[in-house]
Amino acid sequence: MDLDDTPEQAAHRTRVRAWLEEHKGEAPVLTGPDALTDEAEIVSARRLWQGKLAEAGLAGVTWPKEYGGQALGPIEQVVCNQEIAKAGVPGILDAIGVGMLGPTLIAHGTEEQKGRYLGPMLHGDEVWCQLFSEPAAGSDLAAVQTRARQEEDGSWRLTGQKVWTTNAQFSSYGLLLARTDPEQHKHKGLTMFILPMDAPGVTVRGLRQISGEAEFNEVFLDDVALDADAVVGGVGNGWGTALTTLMFERVTIGLGGEGLGFNSLRFTKAIASDEHGRRDPKVRKELGEIVSELLAVRFTGYRTLTALQKGQIPGPEAGLAKVTIVNGAIKAGDLIADVLGPDALDEDSEWAYMISFLPGLKSAGGTEEILRNTIGERVLGLPPEPRLDKGIPFSELRSKEGAAA
Amino acid sequence: MNLALSDEQVFLREAARGALSRFKTLEAARAALDGDDSALPDLWPTAREAGWPGLLIDDAHGGAGLDAFDAMLVLGECGRVLAPVALLGHLPATAILNASPSAAGLLEPLATGERRAAYLPAMPPNDLVDGWCVDPKHGSTRPSAPQAKDDGKGGVLVSGTLAFVPDAPGADVLVGVALLDGKPVGVAIESSANGVSVEEVHRYDATRSLGHVTLSGAQATLLDTPLEALAGAWHLTQTLIAAESLGSVETALEMSVAYAKERHTFGRAIGSYQAVKHSLTEVLRQLENGRSLLYYAGWSRQGAPAEFPLAASAARSVAGRALDQGARTMISVHGGIGATWEHDAPLYFRRAQLSRRLVGGTGAATDRVAGELIAQAEAA
Repeated sequence: MDLDDTPEQAAHRTRVRAWLEEHKGEAPVLTGPDALTDEAEIVSARRLWQGKLAEAGLAGVTWPKEYGGQALGPIEQVVCNQEIAKAGVPGILDAIGVGMLGPTLIAHGTEEQKGRYLGPMLHGDEVWCQLFSEPAAGSDLAAVQTRARQEEDGSWRLTGQKVWTTNAQFSSYGLLLARTDPEQHKHKGLTMFILPMDAPGVTVRGLRQISGEAEFNEVFLDDVALDADAVVGGVGNGWGTALTTLMFERVTIGLGGEGLGFNSLRFTKAIASDEHGRRDPKVRKELGEIVSELLAVRFTGYRTLTALQKGQIPGPEAGLAKVTIVNGAIKAGDLIADVLGPDALDEDSEWAYMISFLPGLKSAGGTEEILRNTIGERVLGLPPEPRLDKGIPFSELRSKEGAAA
Repeated sequence: MNLALSDEQVFLREAARGALSRFKTLEAARAALDGDDSALPDLWPTAREAGWPGLLIDDAHGGAGLDAFDAMLVLGECGRVLAPVALLGHLPATAILNASPSAAGLLEPLATGERRAAYLPAMPPNDLVDGWCVDPKHGSTRPSAPQAKDDGKGGVLVSGTLAFVPDAPGADVLVGVALLDGKPVGVAIESSANGVSVEEVHRYDATRSLGHVTLSGAQATLLDTPLEALAGAWHLTQTLIAAESLGSVETALEMSVAYAKERHTFGRAIGSYQAVKHSLTEVLRQLENGRSLLYYAGWSRQGAPAEFPLAASAARSVAGRALDQGARTMISVHGGIGATWEHDAPLYFRRAQLSRRLVGGTGAATDRVAGELIAQAEAA
């Protein structure tokens, strides 16, 4: 049992560190007095920086060499991420594309799709977004209603609405889950598509949240035309393709918990700055409980890495780490604001922003309740919830739901 | 990076499970609560056969030369079946002696288990409390650690009281910390020496052997233990209680899940109800967090000693709360039957209630996590 680098990993780390030392001056500045403020400027600077990281082999480390990757293991990617964080420079802009959607294309895409899309994705020339969730399909993702109809020439027409889409406002492409056959039952009639975001009929609208900022988007599809070769993984196989993306999402969460900035030391600094709070037994008890759990998640991440190194795939229990992180950060936000007072809720305060962001994050990637159902059933082996949507065509589901209510 | 068990560690754990499965420890725990003191099996011969007493003693002195994580695996198995093996007292005591060159002569009979040691727990200072202190007999005011004075013959005479010392009754030698001119030193005291009294006490969980130790000018051997190892024994004890607690949580969760699958109400297995499913998932979440922190503690004792107090305290904090949650959930998932004398759930509940209040309690560990982090934040 150890946390040490193997000689190969140590050599890799030295190389990565040396590159960052030489090139960190080229990274965009996102914090401090010299920080970029214009969003378009930030995006283009970060795309350029992603290209440099990819060129140097610090991004897409686990991707095959033929698509610009290094064909190394997840631990080497983690080494890169650690060194990037240590150097104080931003990571890649398109973590969703490179971490989740690219690997999905690698697993299910045609040779033409891989050859066309992967290189520009990795280098930040074309940013991607994930068009899965809908207003009525989040935790129950297989309930998507965006409808894709095939024309006689084999091309497709798509109509519907997606939501919670990160980066859509500057994405070139989206990976989109749509219903192609409502007469099948709900998991079977789905198909995955590649959507050019500049296609006629695509409208992107920012979705403002509690903080007032718009980190996500709504994406509207109004009779959007797609060629037959936009299908990924075959018609009717959309659910299996989506599960691949979600598996990579779990890996990303499992490896990057503290990347969200919900870090025990950062929280403790805020408490320690208050002379009374740092000595108050109740504050210390609450702080100790919160940071113990956040520390645990760091080591759960190392356990996940060990499993990945041995060729095992993390299961839904990795979702428990997300529950711990989000709830721990919520409690930390409350505690910090209790200790610091209303100043912590100043609109310019980092804590006000975090406090506003977390209630929504609780549902991101599946609500906590659904995660607990999944883990209870898949990990503990408990009997499933009774459900109404098994074994009937999707088209009949609505009337059945109405009757049950 | 490798945070998985080695083949040897898997074997150690399975051998422990096998050895303990030969005893009806839960039935014995219930009978002992009913007043039958002879019901509890003597597991020390089993421990000796398995080599557990020497786990943390170097092989040059007859031990296995293993590390804290290996000891945690054994304690986890004890916790699974509430087996009363006197390792919680013995192992930290041997860790102190093993770090003291002058104590080399004491080690061999302790490594074989021919003699048994008990650790006298003293809590090291933290960011708010300057001195070393011990658990009180009653209430929440912690007395200072025992005082030592020079006996003029190279040894020391030790005076003080320590309450609720695990595995003290029947131990041959007591090992811990005393203050000599205000400075912490390691001491080893034969329990047969003049001025030593060990009063056996029982509280709520009959499987837990505890003693109030009174030292009145007791003759002691002065040890040359490094300060880090004196504090380390406290933190090691925290990790052992954490491991033992998580072992109990494993059983509590397994029993609860099994019952939730077979028990039906309103025509459905109760495990299909979200309320039940989510409460069991919560126990799993806390158990997994605790397991991760056992890895942290096990690794840091050698790999990053400066972090060991934080890791050990965090493990105790999370594991203690996991056991509270796991034991209460076990009772509520079983419904009324889970609160009856004949059921095993109350035995785990009793374990949780007492463990939470021993050797500083879950509360002191949680407070130390905060203190360690505050110190880190100020240094950063």
